[in-house]
Amino acid sequence: MSNPPVISISGVKKIYTMGTNKVFALRGVDLTVEPGELIAVMGSSGSGKSTLMNILGCLDVPTEGSYVLDGTRVDGLNKNQLADLRNQKLGFVFQGFNLLPRTTAIDNVELPLLYDRTGRKLDTRALAADALRRVGLGDRLDHQPSELSGGQQQRVAIARALVTSPKLLLADEPTGNLDSRMTVEVMALFQELNEQGITIVLVTHEPDVAQYAKRVVEVRDGRILRDHPVDGCRRAADDLRALDAARTSDPDAALEEAA
Amino acid sequence: MKQSTLFKVASGSIMKNKMRTLLTMLGIVIGVGAVIVMVAVGNGAQTMIQNQIQGLGTNLLIVMPGSGTPGGVNQGAGSFNRLTVEDAENIKREATLLSAVSPVITTRTQVIGGTGNWRTSINGVSLDYPTIRNWTTRSGTYFSDADLKSGRKVAVLGATVVNNLFPDGDPIGGQIQIGHVPFTIIGVMAAKGQNAGGQDQDDVILIPYTTMQNRLSGNMRLGQILASSDSPDDIPAAQEEIAGIMRDSHKLQGAPDDFTVRNQTEIAEAATSTTKVMSGLLAAIASISLLVGGIGIMNIMLVSVTERTREIGIRMAIGARGSDVLTQFLVESVVMSLLGGFVGLGVGYGGAALLGHLTGWATSTPLSAVAIAVGFSAAVGVFFGYYPARKAAGLNPIQALRYE
Repeated sequence: MSNPPVISISGVKKIYTMGTNKVFALRGVDLTVEPGELIAVMGSSGSGKSTLMNILGCLDVPTEGSYVLDGTRVDGLNKNQLADLRNQKLGFVFQGFNLLPRTTAIDNVELPLLYDRTGRKLDTRALAADALRRVGLGDRLDHQPSELSGGQQQRVAIARALVTSPKLLLADEPTGNLDSRMTVEVMALFQELNEQGITIVLVTHEPDVAQYAKRVVEVRDGRILRDHPVDGCRRAADDLRALDAARTSDPDAALEEAA
Repeated sequence: MKQSTLFKVASGSIMKNKMRTLLTMLGIVIGVGAVIVMVAVGNGAQTMIQNQIQGLGTNLLIVMPGSGTPGGVNQGAGSFNRLTVEDAENIKREATLLSAVSPVITTRTQVIGGTGNWRTSINGVSLDYPTIRNWTTRSGTYFSDADLKSGRKVAVLGATVVNNLFPDGDPIGGQIQIGHVPFTIIGVMAAKGQNAGGQDQDDVILIPYTTMQNRLSGNMRLGQILASSDSPDDIPAAQEEIAGIMRDSHKLQGAPDDFTVRNQTEIAEAATSTTKVMSGLLAAIASISLLVGGIGIMNIMLVSVTERTREIGIRMAIGARGSDVLTQFLVESVVMSLLGGFVGLGVGYGGAALLGHLTGWATSTPLSAVAIAVGFSAAVGVFFGYYPARKAAGLNPIQALRYE
């Protein structure tokens, strides 16, 4: 590919020192993510996938190894530089949605733009409204999180991640708190965004979710166990249509089919 | 983050916890209120001093009877009055730094004239008295040297006496009986109003001190001797000069002074000592309240930081720097304490007015009080908000996001 990789890490180790004990969370990980990929990082709890996610998300720095994000060397940056990098190049989607309570959808989505330090002039309101329309919530701008369903809240969170036009969208167990229908709904949205050219890395432990990715990376004991492309990955939008069609006749059967 | 946004975020989170904010603000409200009252009392006292100094006279010096120690028993100030007319005359003759000197013999008695009778102060004074007191006649004339020398029964009335005895007529040329002695009214002094102590300075009749001694009091002792120095700079020197002359004429030869010479500043200071004590007390209350209020704000901000750990994590994850979080919490505590400051400003204004009403003290709240209120409360907000804000800014985003 002509474009530089979005992520390029090599030999990344993360060692936590607890008293005299050393905990090896990552024991040397190499990973390259090209633009336009939709990757699922899988692994059980304790496998090191959360640590990997934190490092990819510039929330943490590796003990050893190098990390280049969209041409910027990340290891060795200070806290403020990391914060700016998160703001400009990354979009986060969390398991628990992590929206600000008692704050309207549009205010939540606008938030990352308020921390923009590039000095460019932005119409933050319009950009936030656009992002919400992109995730299909154009009519919910002034709703507070408590007035929205889980799926809708996660879509607000996705809009918040998208609003800065990041190079990479990082989703940490994005469907962990959602029922199966909402899961498919959110995955359909991720696939749609990916088709529009957004690079997405999502961390999950559910194979059901991973099957919608184009590539699956399995992590175990701080190492990458397997890294393989998924041939002809499932289309979440098709599943969603099937679900809707079935629900009109028999809701229970539809759920089973989706599973 | 833009300032307007910061302010919006801060006030938003303050409004979400109205009751808590209100209680937190209370300490600041009381603190700033006390500061304002303190300033009002202090300022009022200042104004009072100035009025009093002006009301007393120009570059005024006062000689008062001192204490005597007959047989080794000190009888206290004024107990041993040896001030005489001769003292006043000696001072007048020998002093080089004084422009005017007047003995003052005071008595209170019933006067009859015009429409009825009235009890008032009769002051036996000299020709210099109006100069010293910076006082002029409204109509008629002041008594002359000839009047003084021959001890004529002439009187110059204060405005209050005229108002009470001659409400509609011109008293000049009329008669007035002062303690059964008939006097001719030759003049009326201009109204001087109340002095700072609330005393009516116009409720007085001025007569030649010679007449006073011969016809009314019979007392050769003076209540006080008033004098004016040539310029304000001469006051300390003039004070010494008078003391020297007095020691000579009383032939003290090293014995303790049987008189005291005071200048107008000392007198004004003595008069305002109570308000100073009150100001000091209020300053103590103010600083304690501001301290306690500040600790209250710090406490609530620490609670708020803990409560909103997740929010801080979210903000950091999407690109807020530590400094952004620090500013947000700092603005929040400053907005809260400023709000308290403004309420305290109102409370202070009200309190000052009430105190003035209850005690009769002059209180005046200057415009600078607004600056003081804003300054003090903002300073408290910054000082006590900094630690919690630092704590928020120092959070690790990963742990903050995981916080339940």
